[in-house]
Amino acid sequence: MSIEEREVLSKEEVRAKLLQPDVISGSEILLRCLLLEEVECIFGYPGGAVLNIYDAMYGFANINHILTRHEQGAIHAADGYARASGKVGVCIATSGPGATNLVTGIATAFMDSVPLVVITGNVATNFIGTDAFQEADITGITMPITKHNYLVRNVEDLPRVIKEAFYIASTGRKGPVLIDIPKDVSANKIPFHHVDKVDIRGYNPTVMPNKLQVNKLIQAIEQAESPVILAGGGVVYADAQEELLEFVEKTQIPITTTLLGLSGFSSAHPLWMGMPGMHGTYTANMALQNCDLLIGIGARFDDRVTMKLSAFAPKAKIAHIDVDPAEIGKNVKTAIPCVGDVKTVLAVANQTAKKAKSEAWIKHIDQLKAEKPLRYIKSDSELKPQYVIEMLSDTTNGEAFVTTDVGQHQMWVAQYYKFKNPRSMITSGGLGTMGFGFPSAIGAQMAHKGRLVISVNGDGGMQMCAQELAICAIHNIPVKIVVINNQVLGMVRQWQEIIYDNRYSHIDLSGSPDFVKLAEAYGVKGLRATTNEEAQQAWQEALATDGPVLIDFQVRKDENVFPMVTAGSAIDEMIMGDSE
Amino acid sequence: MIKHTISVLVNDQPGVLQRVSGLFGRRGYNIESITVGPSEEMGLSRMVIVTLGDHKTVEQVSKQLYKLIDVIKVVDLSAGAMVARELALIKVNAEPVKRPEILGVIETFRASVVDISPTAMIVQVVGNSDKIDAMVQLLEPYGIRELTRTGVSAMTRG
Ligand SMILES: Cc1cc2nc3c(=O)[nH]c(=O)nc-3n(C[C@H](O)[C@H](O)[C@H](O)COP(=O)(O)OP(=O)(O)OC[C@H]3O[C@@H](n4cnc5c(N)ncnc54)[C@H](O)[C@@H]3O)c2cc1C
Ligand SMILES: Cc1ncc(C[n+]2csc(CCOP(=O)(O)OP(=O)(O)O)c2C)c(N)n1
Repeated sequence: MSIEEREVLSKEEVRAKLLQPDVISGSEILLRCLLLEEVECIFGYPGGAVLNIYDAMYGFANINHILTRHEQGAIHAADGYARASGKVGVCIATSGPGATNLVTGIATAFMDSVPLVVITGNVATNFIGTDAFQEADITGITMPITKHNYLVRNVEDLPRVIKEAFYIASTGRKGPVLIDIPKDVSANKIPFHHVDKVDIRGYNPTVMPNKLQVNKLIQAIEQAESPVILAGGGVVYADAQEELLEFVEKTQIPITTTLLGLSGFSSAHPLWMGMPGMHGTYTANMALQNCDLLIGIGARFDDRVTMKLSAFAPKAKIAHIDVDPAEIGKNVKTAIPCVGDVKTVLAVANQTAKKAKSEAWIKHIDQLKAEKPLRYIKSDSELKPQYVIEMLSDTTNGEAFVTTDVGQHQMWVAQYYKFKNPRSMITSGGLGTMGFGFPSAIGAQMAHKGRLVISVNGDGGMQMCAQELAICAIHNIPVKIVVINNQVLGMVRQWQEIIYDNRYSHIDLSGSPDFVKLAEAYGVKGLRATTNEEAQQAWQEALATDGPVLIDFQVRKDENVFPMVTAGSAIDEMIMGDSE
Repeated sequence: MIKHTISVLVNDQPGVLQRVSGLFGRRGYNIESITVGPSEEMGLSRMVIVTLGDHKTVEQVSKQLYKLIDVIKVVDLSAGAMVARELALIKVNAEPVKRPEILGVIETFRASVVDISPTAMIVQVVGNSDKIDAMVQLLEPYGIRELTRTGVSAMTRG
C-alpha cells in the first residue's frame, strides 16, 4: 500500500485491503498481521536475518518503524509504550547479537508483567542447529523470561502464531511473547489467510472471581478494625483505578501502593499512605505491621515490600486478589484467596462492600503521617535531589508521565512525585534495570503525543542508553530528560556507606561526559543547574521548550534515601536518617 | 519432604520437555525421574514426574506448570490411590556356574532374562521403584555391569 493510498482510504477500506488473500511473503504476512492488530509503532534494528522483513517495510507506509541506536533501546521503548498506553508494545531485531541484545529488556518486561510482542529473525530453518553465522537459540535462551515463545518453522503457521502471541501477551497476567522467524519463513510466499480467533487449550486465565471468596472478603472487612490495602502493579495493568477508588471509599480502608502500584491510586487522596517496603513511608510500614486485615490487590508481596518475611504483618489475616493463582500463597499465608482480574473482582466486591470499623485506625494513621512525614534536610547552598523531584511534582501538579531509571533517584521519584494519573509512573521494579529510564520515556511519549513526559535518570543509568538521544532529536520527541547528577552510583554508594562501613568501592563516576554537551552533540537542547534558583529556571525553560531537552541537575553527592530498611530487618525497623 | 508423582498432560510440541524441566531447575524443584510419551489423545503427550517436596512446594509446582501455555492438565497422582511402575534392565555378571543361583533370585521377583552372553545376562524387571531397588540390591553381589531404569510411569486407580 503506498502513501497516497493510505491517505485516501478509510479505516475499513485499509482493513479490507490488508485482509485480501494475495500470495505474499512471510514478511508481508507479519506486517499485515501487525497492522490488523492495530500496532501503531514498532521499535527495531535491522540485520541479515530480518532483511526480508525490512525489505517488506520499504514503501509499506502504514508501518511506523522507529530505528533506535541499540536493540536494548528498542525494547525498553516498546516497554515504555506498553506501560503508558496499556497496549501491546512491539519491537524487532535480527538473529544472534540482535536477539541477545533484547534479553535484558525481555526480562525487564517479564518481571513487571508488561505485554510485548518481540520479533526476532533467525537463520534459515535448514541452518538451525549448525552454529550458522549469527545463530543463537533465542527461544531456548528466553524460555524462562517470556510468558511464551514461538519458533515458527512454517510460513503457514505465521498468522495463527501472531494472533496467539498478541492474545497471550495482553490477557491474564500480561507479559512478553517472543516470535522467532527464520529467514526462509519470512521469504516463503503463500496466499494470506488471516486468523481472527484464538483457541489455546492450555491457556484460560480466570477473570471472574469465586463469589464465595468475595463474600468472605466483604465479611472480613466489616469486622476489621485496623485494615490496610496493599495495591500493586496489577491495579495499573488492569486499568482498575476507578474500581479501586470506589472500593477504598466504600470500605474506608487506608491504602499503600507498591513502587509499581504508584499511579494506580491518587497520591492526593487522604487515605493514601505512600509506598511501603524498603524505602517506604513510616506510616505505610507501621500500618502493615499493625493491621488486622491486609488486602493485597494485584501486588505479589515482593521481598522489597515484605522485607523479613517471617516478621511481616504479624497480626494480619491476609486476603489476596490476583489474576495469577501461583502468586497466591507463594510468599505469605493467605486466608482469603480471590483469583481473578482486579477490575472484575473489585467491581463485584463494590456491589456489596461496606465500611470497616476503621475510624479510630484512620485517626491513628493520620497521626503517624503528621508525626513522621517523608522529609529531607532542605538547603539553600546545595541543590538536593529531593528538591528537584518535588519541584517536578509541584510544577506539573503530579500530572506528567514520569519514567525513571534505577537507583536513588528512582526512590526519590517514588517518594516525592505525587502521582495523580493512571499509568503515569513508569519504572523497572522487579528486575531493576539500569538503562530503562530514558528509552522507556521515548515509548511513553509515542503513546501520548500531546502529554508531558519526564524521564528521570541517574548519571550512571543515563550512560547506559544515552545513544537514544538521537531518536529524540530526529523525530522531535519532546521528552524532558532529567539527569540527577551526583557523580556517583548513588544507590550503591548508599549501601557501601550504611552496610559496608564507608568502604566505597568503584562507585566514582568521574570521567562521565558533560551531559549538556552530550545532548547538544545529538542535537538535543541541554541545560544545567547547580543551585535551587538555577534548577527552577532551567526547568521552566525546559517546560517552555517544544522539543526534547536534557537538564543536568548537579546535586549533592552524599544524599541518602530514607527511610531505609536493610536486608534481614522487618519493615518497622526503619533507619529514618534523622541525624543527617 | 515426601515423594510426589505428578502427571502432566502437554502439547506434543518441540521444546516442551525443555520448558517443563527448565521450570523445575529454575525454581529449585527437584526431579527424581521424568518419563514422556504419547497419551491417549493425538497431539498430546503425558509426562510423569517424581519430585520431592512438601505440600506447599508441590502446590507451587502445579501452579507454575499450569502457567506454561503447552501444559493442559496437571494431576498429583500421589494424592490418591495410584498404580506406579518402572522398568529396569540390569546387565549382571553371570558365569555359567552362577546362573542357576541368579535365576532363582530373578524368579522370586517375577523378573525375566532377556539376553544371555557367555559371561553375563540382561535381567528385565518391572514394578514399583522399591521392588526394583530390592532387585538391584540382590544382584549387586554378582557384579552389575550396567543398569538402566525408565523412571516411573503411573496413573490413578479406578
Ligand atoms: C532500587 C529498588 C528499590 C525498590 N524498593 C521498593 C520499595 O521500597 N517498595 C516497593 O514497593 N517496591 C520497591 N521496589 C520494587 C520491587 O522490587 C517490586 O518490583 C515491586 O514491589 C513489585 O510491585 P507489585 O507486586 O505491585 O507489582 P508486580 O511485580 O508487577 O506484580 C503485579 C501482581 O499483580 C498481578 N496482576 C497482574 N495483572 C493483574 C490483573 N489484571 N488482575 C489481578 N492481578 C494482576 C500479578 O500476577 C502480580 O502478582 C524497588 C525496586 C528497585 C529497583
Ligand atoms: C544493569 C544494572 N547494573 C547494575 C545495577 C545495580 N545498581 C542498582 S542502583 C545502581 C546505581 C545507579 O547509579 P545512578 O544511575 O547514578 O543513579 P543514583 O543511584 O545515583 O540515583 C546500580 C549500579 C542495576 N540495577 N542494573
